[in-house]
Amino acid sequence: MVLEITLLLLIVILGTVGELFLARAMKTIGEVHDFRPRALLHVFWRALGVGWMWVALLMMTAAFFSLLAMLSLENVSFVVPVTALSYAAGALGGKVFLGERVAPLRWAGVLLVCIGVTLVWIGKG
Amino acid sequence: MTSSAGLHFKTYALIFIMVIFGPLGDVLLSKGMKDVGAITSFRPADLAHVFSTAFTSVTIWLGVGSLLTFFVAYTLVLSWADYSYVQPASAIAYGIVALLGYFVLGEAVTPTRWIGVLIICLGVLIVGHTPPRTTEHR
Repeated sequence: MVLEITLLLLIVILGTVGELFLARAMKTIGEVHDFRPRALLHVFWRALGVGWMWVALLMMTAAFFSLLAMLSLENVSFVVPVTALSYAAGALGGKVFLGERVAPLRWAGVLLVCIGVTLVWIGKG
Repeated sequence: MTSSAGLHFKTYALIFIMVIFGPLGDVLLSKGMKDVGAITSFRPADLAHVFSTAFTSVTIWLGVGSLLTFFVAYTLVLSWADYSYVQPASAIAYGIVALLGYFVLGEAVTPTRWIGVLIICLGVLIVGHTPPRTTEHR
């Protein structure tokens, strides 16, 4: 139980923060208009020159290995739904660390996600 | 100049790719890791051995390929669409993963877990329909 919770926290926290850094990195690249393979390679080459991209990749890689470890222990129909806890992590992180005012409706959505995760955990059997 | 219709088309096309390849990748990784066996020791040497074994599995590589396809689509769509707009599109993926786990991998899914998954999908959809900006412009 402790091991599963630890792995879940690693997946949720590292994955969420990594995705936010990824979004930040891609916004500095700008909108992609050309989808030909050569142009896409150029975009990814430019993306690798952005420092935030490397931070994002490092955190998402660590989250990926934590996911692999959890998938070796539990069913995928359990593991992936409980990682939806990242929505709660995003809202809490935004409120606490970024000073965002989280709308009541978003809190309601986060609360539903938490109730759902609890039910999935209880339904593990 | 990018037309609005064209922007919507490429956004939906990439979100479709995300919704298909994300869950498929998770299911393939799950199958691959079950073949490798449960990780019981977290000493660095043991972890290195397990993960090096895992990466000799074709199923794991197919899973990684699917998730990379998802990742490329996700990264591209984030170059123009808001994170808060793209993220809710993954709501349906939680349901698809549970369905694939049940039908493809033959996992036992209790009624409580199904209800939990449905509530998660609903919660994620609601989160996605809230204003993306909550801080004031200066």
